[in-house]
Amino acid sequence: MDLLYQIFVDPFVQMGTAPDLLVQTLWEGLVSGVLYALIALGFVLIFKASGVFNFAQGIMVVFAALTLVGLYEKGVPAFLALALTIVVMLGLAVLVERLMLRPLVNQPDIVLFMATFGLTYVLIGLGEIIFGGDPKVMIADQLYLPRGAIDVNMLGGFVSLQKIDIAAAIIASLMVAGLAVVFQKTRIGRALRAVADSHKAALSVGISLEQIWVVVWFAAGIVALATGIMWGARSNVSFALEIVSLKALPVLILGGLTSIPGAIVGGIIIGVGEKLGEFYWGPLLGSGIESWLAYVIALIFLLFRPQGLFGERIIERI
Amino acid sequence: MRMKQLALGVALAGIMAAPALAQNSIFVPLLTYRTGPFSNSGIPIANGMHDYLAMLNERDGGIGGVKLAIEECETGYKNEKGVECYEALKSKKPVVVNPYSTGITLALIPKASVDHIPILSMAYGLSASAQGQDFPWIFNPPATYWDGLSMIIKYIADKEGGLANLKGKTIGYIYFDGGYGLEPIPLLDQLAKDYGFTVKKYPVPPADMQNQSGLWLNVRRDRPAWMIMWGWGAMNPTAVQEAAKINYPMDHMIGVWWSGSEDDARPAGAGGKGYLSLNFNSVGANYPAIQDIQKYVIDKGNSQTAKDKVGDNFYNRGVMNSVIIAEAIRNAQQLTGKKEVNAEDLRRGFETLKITPERWKELGLEGFAGPVNVTCTDHNGHHAAYVQQWDGTKWVKVSDWITPMKDKVQPLLDAAAQDYVTKNQPWPKRTEACDKSS
Repeated sequence: MDLLYQIFVDPFVQMGTAPDLLVQTLWEGLVSGVLYALIALGFVLIFKASGVFNFAQGIMVVFAALTLVGLYEKGVPAFLALALTIVVMLGLAVLVERLMLRPLVNQPDIVLFMATFGLTYVLIGLGEIIFGGDPKVMIADQLYLPRGAIDVNMLGGFVSLQKIDIAAAIIASLMVAGLAVVFQKTRIGRALRAVADSHKAALSVGISLEQIWVVVWFAAGIVALATGIMWGARSNVSFALEIVSLKALPVLILGGLTSIPGAIVGGIIIGVGEKLGEFYWGPLLGSGIESWLAYVIALIFLLFRPQGLFGERIIERI
Repeated sequence: MRMKQLALGVALAGIMAAPALAQNSIFVPLLTYRTGPFSNSGIPIANGMHDYLAMLNERDGGIGGVKLAIEECETGYKNEKGVECYEALKSKKPVVVNPYSTGITLALIPKASVDHIPILSMAYGLSASAQGQDFPWIFNPPATYWDGLSMIIKYIADKEGGLANLKGKTIGYIYFDGGYGLEPIPLLDQLAKDYGFTVKKYPVPPADMQNQSGLWLNVRRDRPAWMIMWGWGAMNPTAVQEAAKINYPMDHMIGVWWSGSEDDARPAGAGGKGYLSLNFNSVGANYPAIQDIQKYVIDKGNSQTAKDKVGDNFYNRGVMNSVIIAEAIRNAQQLTGKKEVNAEDLRRGFETLKITPERWKELGLEGFAGPVNVTCTDHNGHHAAYVQQWDGTKWVKVSDWITPMKDKVQPLLDAAAQDYVTKNQPWPKRTEACDKSS
């Protein structure tokens, strides 16, 4: 009986008695969710355009952030380092298309998937050789990202909003909105969607697959850079960031691999869900439940929508 | 004909060189992790361990005239990779293995006990392995995790006005959710029972080392009077930043000695000021031996250490690890009269290891660490540690040396060692004799 009370009653009593903590939890969940969405977006972009599940997306986050900080540490001014990092990510996209995707055209999806495993290890090795394995402090101040917190007195307590989290939420939202506009309203976006629908049909109307692949890998690289900056500023820049990127997996399960809105909504559901779960129900299970709770949330949704929230329903004739 | 001669020459040279290398060196492998999510902690330790041994080779021609063959094996802090390294290195007849991971140590304890290779897990690993009678091949000086935890509780009690004042208080324990972080929990639960405080546990899964905001909201709600941290790798700087984020009083947050590198506190900026951690070695490069490392190894380009990292806490921790190895080798040479000692000799060297303050001075490391005293029955020594505080730019010593609560730790250690032996039957009975000087 006591257990039932702790599961079904006590959390809601806590929400009522300390509403400031509820708001704080929702805010933390929202910020994490937006960042998860950003990581998931990198996966979705590449999957839509090339049908490849890019296992290297996580290490791209690390590589982009390390490049930025590494260049700054070598004396390059912060904003020039940022611009050069963008150029590096473009170079990476071109190399991936030339050396990895082009020779593997028409190979089964699993071959391309395995190739992204290889890319992961290449980027880990390259990153360690060039920048070393030492952790680096993100150049948040130099990029004029705000520090400190705004403490809002409300609901009989206070809610602490970290300025870096506010910036992360705004920048991530702008990026997501920007990508959505590019996809919907521009010529290149329409080409991307055409490739996503059918490679052959896209080729038949003169769309260059090679060009599209470079564009999506570059876009995924920019998303990785933004994620690396934001997450790096919340902790530090190290190879451990790659693990955080795995948080995108339950988001993708939930949102579907082909849906940009799915990545966004999925990210927020996972982010808010895991923080609420950790805060109100975590102590019942010994705390530290976030790492698996995200998958539980995704699986519950899948029971009702196997194709994910916004994923395409695949109907195959047998 | 020429090709034949050349091939023969190369083959002969190989045959002659191989035993020469084997006979004229003592093989000291180092299991390290310079890559992966734990490299921020692993790199400075690996550098310190390597550089001190390399310095002995360069400055003194090794130990007792025998060079040390140093070989690193990258584990990435992964247990399976650590075991793989151990198996690969075993055939080269190492005199000691340093796992540098509690998880790897736990995996190697049964193997090393059969293979008769000493394992040095300096202030980490299985606390119960301090019992020399049950674990003749495992050494974990200068203090066990349980000693460390009891020292932290003593420090907290001192600040609260005595152990009796802990009654009714809540103490939070945030820990790496693996072998390392789980290790001190039995003692923590026991001390909570003995002194009447409540423990709130906050496990950090490896996948969420950089994603702790949810856990720290729990801390904000629970308002523990003190927070104890058993973190490693990327978990540490994230925890310090999250604590600062919820305005947790940093001078009430204290990490074990593995949660106290400069890179753990620095990323939090001003927010990290006041953070405390245990330590058993000094910080700084102002020691003759470390100057020698600079001169003989780093300046010659034979090290991976950045010059500004020499003297950092974890760099010095690595140096201390290698001092213990080197002194045990020296000890073994004196005991056996042999120059090229083997694993069995080194076990005896460890069991009679005594590094007095005078010896630290002779080594060019006066005041670098407390005395180390290992015996046949006590493979740890249960030595003291001190508390250091981050002042925003560097660590500052803020306490005297704190001795562990031996009366609390020892009975639990005895019981845990017995329990380990019972659960791992058939556990090899100790047949090795104790040296007189031990």
